[in-house]
Amino acid sequence: MNGFYTLFKKEVLRFWKVAFQTVSAPVLTALMYQLIFSHVLRSHVDAYPGVSYTAFLIPGLAMMSMAQNAFANGSSSLIQSKITGNIVFILLPPLGALEFFAAYLLAAIARGLLVGLGVLVVTAWFGLPLPAQPLWVLAFAVLGCGVLGTLGIIAGIWAEKFDQLAAFQNFLIMPLTFLSGVFYSINSLPPIWFAASHANPVFYMIDGFRYGFFGQADISPWLSLGVVGTSFVALASLALGMIKSGYKLRH
Amino acid sequence: MTSAISIDGVSKRYGALQALDSVSFSVEQGEFFALLGPNGAGKTTLISAMAGLARQDSGQIRIMGHDTIASARDARINLGVVPQELVFDPFFTVREALAFQSGYFGLRRNDAWIDELLFKLGLTEKANANMRALSGGMKRRVMVAQALVHRPPVIVLDEPTAGVDVELRQSLWDFVQELNDAGHTIILTTHYLEEAETLCSRIAMLKRGRLIALEDKDTLLSRSAKREVALKLSGELPASLAPWHARNEDGRIVLSLPTLSDLEGVLTTLRGAGLEVRELSMLETDLEHVFVSMMSGEKI
Repeated sequence: MNGFYTLFKKEVLRFWKVAFQTVSAPVLTALMYQLIFSHVLRSHVDAYPGVSYTAFLIPGLAMMSMAQNAFANGSSSLIQSKITGNIVFILLPPLGALEFFAAYLLAAIARGLLVGLGVLVVTAWFGLPLPAQPLWVLAFAVLGCGVLGTLGIIAGIWAEKFDQLAAFQNFLIMPLTFLSGVFYSINSLPPIWFAASHANPVFYMIDGFRYGFFGQADISPWLSLGVVGTSFVALASLALGMIKSGYKLRH
Repeated sequence: MTSAISIDGVSKRYGALQALDSVSFSVEQGEFFALLGPNGAGKTTLISAMAGLARQDSGQIRIMGHDTIASARDARINLGVVPQELVFDPFFTVREALAFQSGYFGLRRNDAWIDELLFKLGLTEKANANMRALSGGMKRRVMVAQALVHRPPVIVLDEPTAGVDVELRQSLWDFVQELNDAGHTIILTTHYLEEAETLCSRIAMLKRGRLIALEDKDTLLSRSAKREVALKLSGELPASLAPWHARNEDGRIVLSLPTLSDLEGVLTTLRGAGLEVRELSMLETDLEHVFVSMMSGEKI
C-alpha cells in the first residue's frame, strides 16, 4: 500500500513541479478556444433549447482538455522513464501490477481533474450554469480521465520512441477528442459523421458530462455511462495484463 | 544456511543470441563475490534476471531462498541492485529520490538511515540538490544509496566504478567493504580486475553466456602456477630452451616454466652457452593474467 502511495505521490509531484506546462498551459489553450469560437459563433442558434452556444461549448472544452491531459500524464512519464532508463527504480522494488497501474492512473486522473477545474473556472463567465446534476458531472469527469489515463499508460508502455508516442497522440487521441462533439451537437452532422461519432468513446464522455451541466444531451446519460464504463474496464484489463506480463518493461 | 543467491540452470536467449546458457552457481551469505567476463558475456543479463528486470527462458533463481518469479516480492525485498547505466530522475532532489525509493519498498520514516547513507557516501551537502545538477560521480553515489535504502542483505553492483574518479572508487570500496563486514553479501562485476582481486573471495567467470570458471580467488590464481621469468641476455636464446619460450616483452625474453625449480636448469644452460644474464625478473600471476588466458581459451 505504501509502495502505491509513494508512486502516486511521485507521479503527482512530477507534473506539479512543472505545472506551468502541465496545468496552466492547457487551461490557457482552452480559454483561447472559448474566446475565439464564442466570438465567431456567437450568433449560432442555441445548441439545446435555452442553452447558448457559448455555454454549450464550455463542458466540451473542459472534457477535451481533461482527456488530453490525462492521456499525456502517464504516457509522457512512462516514455521518459523508459528512454532515460530511470524506470529501473520502479521495476526493482516489489511493486505489484495493480499498485503500478493504480498509481499512474490516479495521478493521470488528478492532473485531468485539475486541468478540467481550471478550464471551468476561467470560462464559467461565458454563461456556464451551475451543474444540474453534479453527480453526473463528477462521474464523467473521473471516468473520462480514467479511460484516457489508461490509454496513456498503454501508449507509454508500448511506445519505444518519442516518435511512436507522438504518432499515437496525434493520429489517435487528437482526432478522437476533437471529433467528439466538443464544438457542435452531433445532431447537426450529416448522417455518416453522425454515425461515426457514435463509435468514438470520447463523444459519450462529453455528452454525459454536458448532461450533468444542462440536464439535457444528445443521448441518454445512462448509455454514455455504460459505454465509458465498459471502455474503462476493457482498457484497464489490457493495461493490467501488459504490466503483469512485463510487456516491454521486463525483457 | 540458505544461499544468498542460487542460480540453477538459467538460460536466456535474445533472438539469435544465447545470452545465458545453463548457468548454475550459488553465492553464500556473507561472501564478497566477483562476476567477471568480457562485454557481452552475459553478466548484465544474469543480474537483470536476478533483479526481475529480465525473465529467464528456463532455470530458476532464488534470492535468500525466494524464487525471483514465484515469490518476486520477497526476492526483491532481499536484493539491492546498482545498475550499470548511469540513470536518474531529473525531476527530483537527492533526498526526494531516496525517500521515494524507500516508499516503493514499503518503508516509511526511513530518514535516519537515509541520513546515514548520505553521510557515508559523502552526499550530505548535496541532499537538497536536484539530480540534474550532480556530477557523474555524485549521481553514481546516489544510485548506490538508492540500492541500499531498504537495507537489503544481498547487494549487486554492476560495474559501479566505471567512469568514476579514483577518490570515489576508493571511498566506495571502503563503504562496500564495511557493508560486507556487517554481513551483507556482495556480488560485483567490474572491468578493473585488480578491484576483484583485492576485494573478492570467490570469482565466477562468464564467457558467451557460459560459466567457465567458479573458484576461490586463491585457487584460481594458483591454478595458474606456471612461473614466468623475464630475461635480458647478452646473445640469442639457446635452442634447447626454445620450448619454454613464451614471448618477447619490452626487449626481454619471457620463459614460461612448469615449476620454479626449473629456473636452476635454465641458468645452468645459459652459463654453459656462455651467455650473460643482464637482467632477470619473475612475473607475478595476477587475475588479469588468468582472465586473459581463460578468455582466450588457453588452458592454464
